[in-house]
Amino acid sequence: MATMTDPEGGTFRPSMLLYDSRYRSATIQIVALIGFLLLIGWLVNNTVQNLADLGKSVGFGFLGERAGYDINQRLLEYSSNDSHLRASLLGLLNTLLVAVAGCALATIVGVVVGVLRLSSNWLVARIMTVYVEMFRNVPVLLWIVLSMAILIETLPPPSAYRGDEPAANMIVGESIALTNRGIYVPEPLFGRMDEDGGFVSWRHGLGDVSLFGDASLRFDVSLDLIAILATLVAGLLVSGLIRKRADRIQNATGLRPRTWYWRWGVVLIPLVLLLWVLGFYLGKPALQGFNFQGGTHLRNSFIALWLALSFYTAAFIAEIVRGGILAISHGQTEAAAALGLRQRRIMSLVVLPQALRVIIPPLISQYLNLTKNSSLAIAVGYMDLTGTLMGITLNQSGRELETVLLTMLIYLLISLSISGAMNIYNNSVKLKER
Amino acid sequence: MKNSVILGALTVAGFMAGAAQAATLDDVKARGSLKCGSNSGLTGFAAPNANGEWEGFDVAVCRAVAAAVLGDPQAVEFVPTTPKTRFTALASGEVDILSRNTTWTLTRDVDLKFTFVGVNYYDGQGFIVPKALGVSSAKELDGATVCIQTGTTTELNLADFFRVNNISYEPVPIETNAEAQQQYLAGACDTYTTDASGLAATRASFEAPGDHVILPEIISKEPLGPLVRHGDDEWADIVRWTLNALIAAEEFGITSTNIAELSNGTDNPEINRILGTEGTMGEMLGLDAEWAKRAIMAEGNYGEIFEKNIGESTPIGLARGLNAQYKDGGLQYAPPFR
Amino acid sequence: MAGLSYVRVEMLPEREPPVSEVGLIGWLKSNLFSGWFNTILTLISLYFIYALVSSILPWLWSPTWAAQSLNECREIVSDLGKEHGGACYGVIRERWQQLLFGFYPDELRWRPILTLILLFVALAPVLFTEAFPAKMLWFTGAFLFLAPWLMWGGVIWTPLLVAAGLVIGFYAFKFSAGAIGNLAAIILAIALPILWWMFAIGPISQGLASIIPFGIEVVESRLFGGFMLSVWIGVVAIAISLFLGVVLALGRQSELMIVKYLSVGFIEFIRGVPLITLLFVASTLLNIFMPPGTNFDIILRVMIMATLFASAYIAEVIRGGLAALPRGQYEAADALGLDYWKSQRLIILPQALKISIPGIVSTFIGLFKDTTLVSIIGLLDPIGLTGSIRADANWNGIIWELYGFIAILFFISCFSMSRYSMWLERKLRKGHQ
Repeated sequence: MATMTDPEGGTFRPSMLLYDSRYRSATIQIVALIGFLLLIGWLVNNTVQNLADLGKSVGFGFLGERAGYDINQRLLEYSSNDSHLRASLLGLLNTLLVAVAGCALATIVGVVVGVLRLSSNWLVARIMTVYVEMFRNVPVLLWIVLSMAILIETLPPPSAYRGDEPAANMIVGESIALTNRGIYVPEPLFGRMDEDGGFVSWRHGLGDVSLFGDASLRFDVSLDLIAILATLVAGLLVSGLIRKRADRIQNATGLRPRTWYWRWGVVLIPLVLLLWVLGFYLGKPALQGFNFQGGTHLRNSFIALWLALSFYTAAFIAEIVRGGILAISHGQTEAAAALGLRQRRIMSLVVLPQALRVIIPPLISQYLNLTKNSSLAIAVGYMDLTGTLMGITLNQSGRELETVLLTMLIYLLISLSISGAMNIYNNSVKLKER
Repeated sequence: MKNSVILGALTVAGFMAGAAQAATLDDVKARGSLKCGSNSGLTGFAAPNANGEWEGFDVAVCRAVAAAVLGDPQAVEFVPTTPKTRFTALASGEVDILSRNTTWTLTRDVDLKFTFVGVNYYDGQGFIVPKALGVSSAKELDGATVCIQTGTTTELNLADFFRVNNISYEPVPIETNAEAQQQYLAGACDTYTTDASGLAATRASFEAPGDHVILPEIISKEPLGPLVRHGDDEWADIVRWTLNALIAAEEFGITSTNIAELSNGTDNPEINRILGTEGTMGEMLGLDAEWAKRAIMAEGNYGEIFEKNIGESTPIGLARGLNAQYKDGGLQYAPPFR
Repeated sequence: MAGLSYVRVEMLPEREPPVSEVGLIGWLKSNLFSGWFNTILTLISLYFIYALVSSILPWLWSPTWAAQSLNECREIVSDLGKEHGGACYGVIRERWQQLLFGFYPDELRWRPILTLILLFVALAPVLFTEAFPAKMLWFTGAFLFLAPWLMWGGVIWTPLLVAAGLVIGFYAFKFSAGAIGNLAAIILAIALPILWWMFAIGPISQGLASIIPFGIEVVESRLFGGFMLSVWIGVVAIAISLFLGVVLALGRQSELMIVKYLSVGFIEFIRGVPLITLLFVASTLLNIFMPPGTNFDIILRVMIMATLFASAYIAEVIRGGLAALPRGQYEAADALGLDYWKSQRLIILPQALKISIPGIVSTFIGLFKDTTLVSIIGLLDPIGLTGSIRADANWNGIIWELYGFIAILFFISCFSMSRYSMWLERKLRKGHQ
């Protein structure tokens, strides 16, 4: 625009704001911004006025008040005397739990189905097609409700395990109980057995460390878990060193020393030793009173939500995987074969790295969808963020504005961090064109 | 009405100023229909039938109010609400009256700023268990799995009850009564807790109702009644006295069958005042003289409504109990029409 | 020895391939039983299918069509001596109309049906560009105003006057563009119709209605329900969000920084939160955001939020379409000397929208499925209605029949739409080669 010099030097006419291309874009933007701010101001003004009419104030003080309700699935310690804030925190953790577990299962199922859809076996390929179409074309809410109904109606109640000749039996060495209240699996416990078979005083191994005292965000950290993780990481590091050394020797001499037993050994032996010292054992669930006691209780609501979300999302992932594999041209495989690579290496060195570049971006947006869909937990009574903060807390405190906006904000943060991770990945695998 | 629908969809939202909230009665009259927040489905209390007509005990209150104000018991728009959306619907003016088995509590009255106009059903939270469980008292439920409907006072009562008695439980929160029933019958919970009326209604629909007992403990007071917004006392009065008229009608033996005869005038001045043949009660309320007569004719008096929707002749089979007239040992007691 | 040859000189007749390679057996062998792994897979699959069918079929076969209540069903089934019970179809017979139309008055049900048929007619020139003349697009435009009138009813004048607003905007632009410049003309063309819609339509349509009262019966949106509600929310939201989506997509591609960030912020915000939170906004907050005294009914509020939700996704789809256009198209438009709006309107958008259609259809399928979420805020869509139906003492305790019926309805509609979308995608891909 160097040619468009203003002949009259410094004089400025208002009409230039519209007709002079130097100012025009700024004008449009400022108008847009003012319009936007006016809209926001209008909404806020309405809100303030409406709330004043209703005699309500806005504030987050209610989060500190006593929640008064119980949550069944507690990843942290919680009682009805705790605050709404802590209840929301537990809800958030439940959301994250089902999201992570769902993404993992959806990926596994999706990849298997996606590969099987390309199977040469006609029947298997057809079944997988039917599966994909069935799940994709029925609303996920219906699947969630249906899977809950299936769990409730098909599995036996705990009372079926009672009596001398029970109608149902625990599986896998009497350690897992499938009931229509959920699945009871053994839980890892720490404590050393005495000579008589009784527990010595420190039955909880190293015990827990409580952080943040009495605050709503307090949580306990299991020292046992930290010790185990530390041992595992140390073992893996040493194992990595051994591998590097083997690489070095191979590079220097051409011969690779056999190291697999060393590499397994440095990881496993300290771990087993540590577990023995801590007195690790599995606490099996046992029928006691109305329910199974002991063990870890995977509740029905969790399982139903988890399975429904996973299988629904897996149908989409399967299509992505299939598309990704089909996107790799046949020439690539043939070229790799011509280079003398074996079938397995063709897959791992040529096809998969390229297919992953196609697969992963849509895969992560499926993860995003799954996480957002987990808010449907409310339909089966899984106490996630929508069940606690935007559910019972909203209802008991009557603070619609604060709870709904806070819930949206939290989901937004989760989504943004997932898509942030996706962007980092995309940049790292982007084709570097020179 | 229809203009506002289409314009609302097409124009920038929000310029359609309705009348101020203060005069609900004028709004209702201008609109020609009463907007009533109802349950989206609770057996006996509110549910649409196959023809899409709403029926039930709570529904009848709305019909009576519509009959009193507009002269037509069918001039009601039912807005199904969930436990979570009901208060917002009322507060924002989406409905004129909320008749949705809602418990009268201090916070709802004072903090949420609603006026409870009365109690149309005295209820309390109870437990139902299968007989096979061998439980005779709620205090024996230590470690039990309890199904509860979320979004109500029920879960707070439950938490308090188990805390006070120092016993543990596993709550299973459930959105609707139908799902709770399904879980309970399948044995996914040992007991189901909700208002005793709901328990009776639920039990009535079981394949074998005799296999289940409702435990004697009633762990809470649940006065359920219709409510309106704070700040419009004239409207609250209309709803309150419509409800009272239904209750008083039963007390004085005014039924939907004999009302025509009675409204020719009787020896009982109270009946005359209710039916508008004496005094100016209707005008005081801003209605006409026959408001209560129409309200009673809509679905009958309180007792008739009770019997028709949830009484002992229905599958739900609730006894009057606390909801009998005060003369019969119950709590239903209409202030005098004077 | 002339006749002697060590090499066969005559052709052998062609022989039939071995039996194991052709026909049913050959097909079975190559497709089902090639190798031990495939054989095992096949056997497992066969067993799976058998188990599924043998457990569901007996349940499905159940002569309970006429039953009036669940108890009656149970009697019929137990009279047949069935072990695992049977389906109770009585509830479908009694309630299928409710599940399809909600509470829409019986005698007016031709209106939603007609709207649906007209919807297909209106979509035909968009979806099957070759088979139908482009002139039918006029009907598509008219349908936008016809459909709400058919669904909600009322006097004919309102939709006509609303449509007139667009005409006013168009002519305002046309006649003022020369006098006050393009940008000001656009602002005028937007402002005038809005003023027209806000202030002029009400009185004028009332006036016209009092002179020529031609109209159909009003049906309020609270009577909408069932499957019709899902379809209607989906169609309205997608139709409006197409316009919003184009604006947002152009905004996101724009070189104007503030416009770009506002668009990006809106799109990412909507896409970052679950739909259910937006529906909670519709049910609990939207009235608080509006000026005091305003009151939309819940279905309109849900439609507003669903529209905002869909527009963010549509914007991304259209952005994909814009990005997929070859750079040369933009450059060619610039070379012709077209300004921004002209090049968008005449060159870029028609092509970008065309290649975006499969994505738009997928977005619609997704939104259509997601409309079931409105049951959570108490609207009586098919899933919401199951709760109401089960509250009827006659049908208390019924599960699978209702869910199955709804699932089949959704499956049929979504499956056919996704097939169309795939067909179109294939066609477009071929067209580009």
